[in-house]
Amino acid sequence: MNAPANPAGGGCRNAPILKERGQREVFCGLTGIIWLHRKMQDAFFLVIGSRTCAHLLQSAAGVMIFAEPRFATAILEETDLAGMADSQAEVDSVVARLLERRPDIRQLFLVGSCPSEVIKIDLAKAAERLSAKHAPRVRVLNYSGSGIETTFTQGEDAALAAMVPVLPETTERELLVVGALPDVVEDQMVDLLDKLGVGPVRLLPSRNIDSETGIGPNTVFALAQPFLGDTHAALERRGARHLPAPFPFGEEGTTEWLRVIANEFGVDPAHFDAVTEAPRARARKAVAAATETLGGKSLFFFPDSQLEIPLARFLTRECGMTAIEVGSPYIHDAIHGPDLELLPAGPTISEGQDVDKQLERARAARPDLTVCGLGLANPLEAEGLATKWAIELVFTPVHFYEQAGDLAGLFSRPLRRKGLLKLEAAE
Amino acid sequence: MKLTVWTYEGPPHVGAMRVATAMKGLHYVLHAPQGDTYADLLFTMIERRNHRPPVTYTTFQARDLGADTANLFKSACQEAVDRFDPQAIIVGASCTAELIQDDPGGMAETMDLGIPVIPLELPSYQRKENFGADETFYQIVKALSQPQDKTPRITCNLLGPTALGFRARDNIEEITGLLADLGIEVNVVAPFDATPDDIARLPAAHFNVLLYPETGEAAARWLEKTHGQPYTKTLPIGVGATRDFVAEIAAITGRDLKADESRLRLPWWSSSVDSTYLTGKRVFLFGDGSHVMAMARVARDEMGFEVVGMGCYNREMARPLRALAREYGVEALITDDYLEVEQTIEAVAPEMILGTQMERHIGKRLGIPCAVISAPVHVQDFPARYSPVMGFEGANVLFDTLIHPLVMGLEEHLLTMFREDFEFHDDAGPSHHGGKATARKDPSETVEAPVAATVAPAPESTFEIVWLNDAERELKKIPFFVRGKARRNTEAFAAEKGLQEISIDTLYEAKAHYAR
Repeated sequence: MNAPANPAGGGCRNAPILKERGQREVFCGLTGIIWLHRKMQDAFFLVIGSRTCAHLLQSAAGVMIFAEPRFATAILEETDLAGMADSQAEVDSVVARLLERRPDIRQLFLVGSCPSEVIKIDLAKAAERLSAKHAPRVRVLNYSGSGIETTFTQGEDAALAAMVPVLPETTERELLVVGALPDVVEDQMVDLLDKLGVGPVRLLPSRNIDSETGIGPNTVFALAQPFLGDTHAALERRGARHLPAPFPFGEEGTTEWLRVIANEFGVDPAHFDAVTEAPRARARKAVAAATETLGGKSLFFFPDSQLEIPLARFLTRECGMTAIEVGSPYIHDAIHGPDLELLPAGPTISEGQDVDKQLERARAARPDLTVCGLGLANPLEAEGLATKWAIELVFTPVHFYEQAGDLAGLFSRPLRRKGLLKLEAAE
Repeated sequence: MKLTVWTYEGPPHVGAMRVATAMKGLHYVLHAPQGDTYADLLFTMIERRNHRPPVTYTTFQARDLGADTANLFKSACQEAVDRFDPQAIIVGASCTAELIQDDPGGMAETMDLGIPVIPLELPSYQRKENFGADETFYQIVKALSQPQDKTPRITCNLLGPTALGFRARDNIEEITGLLADLGIEVNVVAPFDATPDDIARLPAAHFNVLLYPETGEAAARWLEKTHGQPYTKTLPIGVGATRDFVAEIAAITGRDLKADESRLRLPWWSSSVDSTYLTGKRVFLFGDGSHVMAMARVARDEMGFEVVGMGCYNREMARPLRALAREYGVEALITDDYLEVEQTIEAVAPEMILGTQMERHIGKRLGIPCAVISAPVHVQDFPARYSPVMGFEGANVLFDTLIHPLVMGLEEHLLTMFREDFEFHDDAGPSHHGGKATARKDPSETVEAPVAATVAPAPESTFEIVWLNDAERELKKIPFFVRGKARRNTEAFAAEKGLQEISIDTLYEAKAHYAR
C-alpha cells in the first residue's frame, strides 16, 4: 500500500485562513431537503416558515421536479405572528392533516426556519409531543434549516444530527458511514467495503426508518460528506469514534478514505490492493480524459457547500489544476484537516464571505475556472470567466471510484464548451 | 399556518427585486438573512441575466440578533452606496427582518446618503410578489417623478414591465413599434431599463400605456390622479384586443388612428381549413388575472376553442375575473393552492391547458397538453427569438403557441382512422414532439376487470357505474385527446339515464346525445 505523498512544498493544513464577514451569497440549510426527501423514502420534511422558504425550495430545486414532493411549508400568517393563534396547536393541526393524507410517512421532520426561530416557535417541544402521539407509526424529529443558523449543506448536517440521539444503542463493532449518497453510489461503496471484508456497514441516513443502524461505544464512523460537523459531534457524544480521512472524491481520495477504514478493520494490505486495483485503474483512466482539459488551468472556489477543500485537493492533485483561492463557508480541522494536508500550499484558504470583496479578488486573478453559486455564475460568465455552478456537485453522483471521471467531467465541461463555441464575428 | 407545496408567487420583497433588477442606476438594500440571497438565481438563471441583481443583503445571522442588526444594516447601506454609486436606493426588509423591527427605512433616511432613499413597507405575512412589485414601483414613481410640462408631441409611457415578467422584453418592442406606426412616441418605459432620472420624466407624457396591471397599476393610478395622465385599460393581447387598444388610444388622444395590420396573420391562419380541427377544443385557463382574461378572448373568439374553466392565483384580480367567467358561463377558480388547481383541471378534463409553469407540470401528470401564457415561468419561457404576446405580431405568436402542444389537424384524423394500428396509435403522441413511440400491446393479451366509476349525479344518491369490458375496450379505441371527454360524457349520460352499466351501445348513445 503506497500512502499518498504529502505535497513537496507542504500542505495547507497550517496555512493562515482568511476569515471574512460580510454579505454572503449562499443558500440556507432548507436547501438540503431537496436531496434528503428523495434519499429517505419514508420521510417528510415540513418547514415551519414563510412564503420565502416555500419559494426558495421550489426555486433551488429548479421548480417542481415532482408533482407532490415529500416536503411542504407551513406558511406563517399574520395570526401566527400576532400570537392570536397558538403556534403549537397550529403545528398539531397541520401535522394531523398531513399524516392523514400521506399515510406512507414514517419519519416527519419539523424544520425550523428564520422566522420560526426569530419568533421562537419551540419545535423540539412540538416534535416530542407529536412523536408520543403518533408513535410507533411515525417518528417526529426537528431541526433548524434556517439561514440565520445554517448554510446550505449544513441543513443535512442538522437533520442527521437530529437523528443521532434517537438511533438505537448497540455494542456491536460496526462501521457507520454518514452522509446522504445517491443509491447507486451507496451500493458501490457497500460493495467495496464488503469485498474488503469490512462490516457490518450501517448507513446514516438509511433509506428507511426500519434499517438496523445503531450506535454505541464500538461504533466507528466515516464521513462521506465534508459538511457534517454537528453530526460528527453528536456521534462522538454517543461514544462513536471518527475515522478522519480525505473525502472519497477521485481515485486518490477514495483510496485514502477506504484505506483508513481498512486499517481500522485490520484488512491485509495485499488484499486491499487486490480489491482496489481494478477500480483505481478505471478511475485514473476516466479522470485522465478530463485532465487533458483541466491540466495547467487555474481554479477559484467561492464558498458554498463545504465540498470545496476536498474538491480542490482532487482537482489540484489528480487533474493538474492550480488553486488560487479555496473558499469554504466553514472549516473544521477535524473534518477538513486530512484534505488540507494533501492540498499543495499556495492558494488563499478563506472561510466565510464578503461577496463583493471576493468578486474583486476573482476578477483580479481571472481564474480559468470559477466554482460558484447559481446567483454568480452567469454574471461571471458575462465577464468572460468560465464557471462551474456548485449546486450540481450535491445533485450529481460524484463520490468513489466509478464517479471520479464524472466528477472531473463536471469541471472540464465548461472549459471544453468555451473552447468549442465559435461565436465571434467573422473577420 | 397554511400548508403549501408549490407557490405561484414569491414573497413581496421578490416583487421589489423584480422592479430593482429591471431598472438601472437603482440599488436595493435588503435587510435579510443569508438564505434569502437565493432570489438572485431567479434572475441570473431563469431569466439568464448577465448581471447580479442590484441588491445588497445584510445577511445577518443568529449571533447578530442579540447584538446589533441595526448597525449591520447601516454599514451595508453605506457600503452599497459607496460601491455601486446608485442614483437612488430603495430599502426594506424581508420576512425575517420584518420580525426584528429594525426599521430599515427610518435608519436609511437618517443616514444622509446624498441620494433619494425610498423606504418600502411590504407586509411579508399578508401580501405576495405581485403586490410587492406594484407597491415598489408606485413608491419609486411617487418619490422620484417631477411635475413638468407635457412634451410638445403626443407621447406616452409604457408602465409595468419588470424583470421575470412574461415576455416583457419583446412586448415592449412590439408595442413601441405599434405606437410609432400610430405616430405616438414612447417617453419612458418603466420600470424595465429605466433609471431614476427616467422616472423623474414620467409626467412629461400625455398618457400611460399600462402593459402589466399586476405590477404597474398603482403607479398608473397615481400618475393619473397627480399628473393628469389617463392610462389604457385594454391589454393588447390578441387581434380584437389590439384593435380595441388602438381605439382606446384614439379616444384618449382625440386622433383618428389606424394601425398597420399588414403583418397580422392570425385571422387567416385561424380561418384556413387546416384549423378546423381546433373548433370547440375544450381549454382551461389559469395564471395571473390579466393574462387569463386576455387569453380567454383569444381562445374563444380567435382560435374557436371552448373555454371550460378559468382562474387566477392573484386574489387582487378576483373581481374582474369572476365577472368575465360569468360571461363565459364558467365558474372562476380563485386560489393559490396548486393542488386545488390540479384537482379542478382533473375534474374538468380539458383538452388543453393555458397556464403557467405550474400547469405545465399538472398537464404532464394528467397527460393534457399545456401552453404557457402567464408568469410564473421557467427558463424555457424566456425564448432567445423575438416572441411578443402583445400587438399584432404577438397575435401571430399566440396562434403558434396555442397549436404547438396539440396533435395537428390531419394527424388527428389519421389517428382516429388507424387507431388500431400497432405503430400509428394515439399513445405514440403528436408526431412533431420528441419522445419514443412505443408499439401498442396486443389488446387481446390484456383482459381487464370491469372498471367502476363513482359518479354523484344528484346530491341525494351516489351509486356505482360499471364499464362493461367491451365498452371499456371500445373507449380505448378513441384517441387519447378526446378519451377523457368521452368517458366523462358517457358516465354523465349513464347517470342521467339511471343506468348501472355502460355497454358499447351506451357509449354511442352518449356520443349521439352530445353530438354538436
